[in-house]
Amino acid sequence: MSYITKIASVAISAIVISTPVFAQDAKVLEAAVKARQAQMTLYAFNLGLLGDMAKGKVEYDAQKAQAAASGLTALTKLDGSRMWLPGTDNESLENTRALPAIWAEGSDVGEKSKALKAAVAAMDEAAGQGLEPLKAAIGGLGGACGACHKAYRAPKS
Amino acid sequence: MNKFFKSVLGLSLIASAAGLWITAPRTVPAETFTSLTGDATRGEQVFWTGGCASCHTAEDDAQDDRILLSGGKAFVTDFGTFYAPNITPDPAHGLGGWSAVDFANAMQAGVSPDGKHYYPAFPYTSYARLNPQDVVDLWAFMQTLPPSEVANRPHDVSFPFSIRRGLGVWKVLFSHPEPVVTGDLTAAQKRGQYLVEGPAHCGECHSPRNSMGGIDYTRWLGGAPNPSGKGTIPNITPAALDWSEADIAEYLSSGFTPEYDSAGGEMAEVIENTARLSDEDRAAIAAYLKAVPRISQ
Ligand code: HEC
Ligand code: HEC
Ligand code: HEC
Repeated sequence: MSYITKIASVAISAIVISTPVFAQDAKVLEAAVKARQAQMTLYAFNLGLLGDMAKGKVEYDAQKAQAAASGLTALTKLDGSRMWLPGTDNESLENTRALPAIWAEGSDVGEKSKALKAAVAAMDEAAGQGLEPLKAAIGGLGGACGACHKAYRAPKS
Repeated sequence: MNKFFKSVLGLSLIASAAGLWITAPRTVPAETFTSLTGDATRGEQVFWTGGCASCHTAEDDAQDDRILLSGGKAFVTDFGTFYAPNITPDPAHGLGGWSAVDFANAMQAGVSPDGKHYYPAFPYTSYARLNPQDVVDLWAFMQTLPPSEVANRPHDVSFPFSIRRGLGVWKVLFSHPEPVVTGDLTAAQKRGQYLVEGPAHCGECHSPRNSMGGIDYTRWLGGAPNPSGKGTIPNITPAALDWSEADIAEYLSSGFTPEYDSAGGEMAEVIENTARLSDEDRAAIAAYLKAVPRISQ
């Protein structure tokens, strides 16, 4: 085999090998985005019942409220490291509103998720205790969601 | 902003050709304001509706210090950076030496006490729709706020955009205080109209601008590209916003959408202000949003 054809075949096999790897990477990144959006949707789903009870749109039910709050607690325990991969911000990918600031130096996104954990823990304590305790905990919980969206999520387009 | 500054440049040139008379600052009639007495309690409501704190509070201030209006917040554009000024009652660095008429001129004519035009980064095109009583009430409330000795940062704007005189033409063309939505409105919708088109200046973000940086009133609240980069600011006419009035009022109070997502970006800051309005005023804003003409996407 001549030198040139050798190079060519090395180059081709490199392409053949690397193409699926790239495709794989892209899939991993897209799956990460989908997973975290699903987690967020579930936050909203559980918060939604508690919010509707606080507003009086749905009648207070201690058991259901407690179940929704426990659901939120379970959601805060999901491993975030695979869902928030570097390279999954809205400048690198299409279907996401996550801002690059999440991964930038000086990011306090960890603080924001700690604040959410604390607010969810307070709701988990309160939700089954009655409508008034639930109402007292809902503002802090909504605030914890909003604070992170304000800093780290692009407006919807 | 980009478009806006290009047009200021163009307009400055037109102005020098047409003569400088058109660029001369015009002021409000002083008698309208000197005959009124301000009420600080009512003025606080105007203050929150106007969203002054969102722009005039220093960026590094803690949440509960929001009301120290020492300025400094930067508005970065391609043509330079604007810094919100200190508007505390401090005599040396703030508005301490101003009269109510000076304040009214700034808010409604976009003119400073020494007769210079302000840049419309300060949304006086909307504040021009405030009724005079609200202006003096707001002024009375601002006297109750703590002074700050922080000096104003000069804007970092280069020639020719640094020529304030050119803004005179822009104002003649684009600063019209008449109501945007016409036709029969209920009392609540009228109140909402006053708030949205005036102090709450919702249209400054939610309406597109024409090639010269003026609000495109034919697409009022029909959504706009986000000047701060990616994404758009949503269309909030009934063609796009299908939320109930109660849902809109709830969003302006808690920030929750009907799906219990929460408001993000600049709207989260707006909601820090609208959360302090009365339930009636939030309901009025919602009623008005249902009455604005539909603008399809
Ligand atoms: C630590 C930061 C953070 C916290 C806390 C947070 N979010 Fe989010 N949320 C985000 C980011 C970033 C996105 C954008 C994700 C994307 O598009 O990839 C998002 C997206 C969402 C979405 C849209 C999902 C979609 O399908 O696009 C919903 C709904 C949502 N969040 C609800 C909530 C609720 C409810 C809470 C509180 C219980 C909450 N979030 C707390 C950061 C956060
Ligand atoms: C400083 C710019 C700005 C101003 C002023 C502003 N908005 Fe917004 N608004 C936004 C942005 C940005 C969003 C998108 C928020 C997001 O992505 O969560 C938004 C979203 C909304 C939405 C939700 C639309 C949807 O489909 O999700 C409503 C309703 C709304 N604004 C109403 C108002 C009203 C009423 C006012 C005046 C009281 C106002 N806005 C003033 C920037 C602004
Ligand atoms: C969107 C941001 C924004 C909002 C909201 C805003 N301002 Fe300003 N304001 C500015 C900027 C920027 C300037 C500087 C304009 C210039 O120098 O041409 C300014 C200038 C002023 C001045 C002139 C100060 C001086 O030293 O000459 C006054 C007074 C003022 N604002 C009062 C208010 C009040 C009262 C409110 C609320 C009703 C308000 N502003 C809301 C951005 C804002």
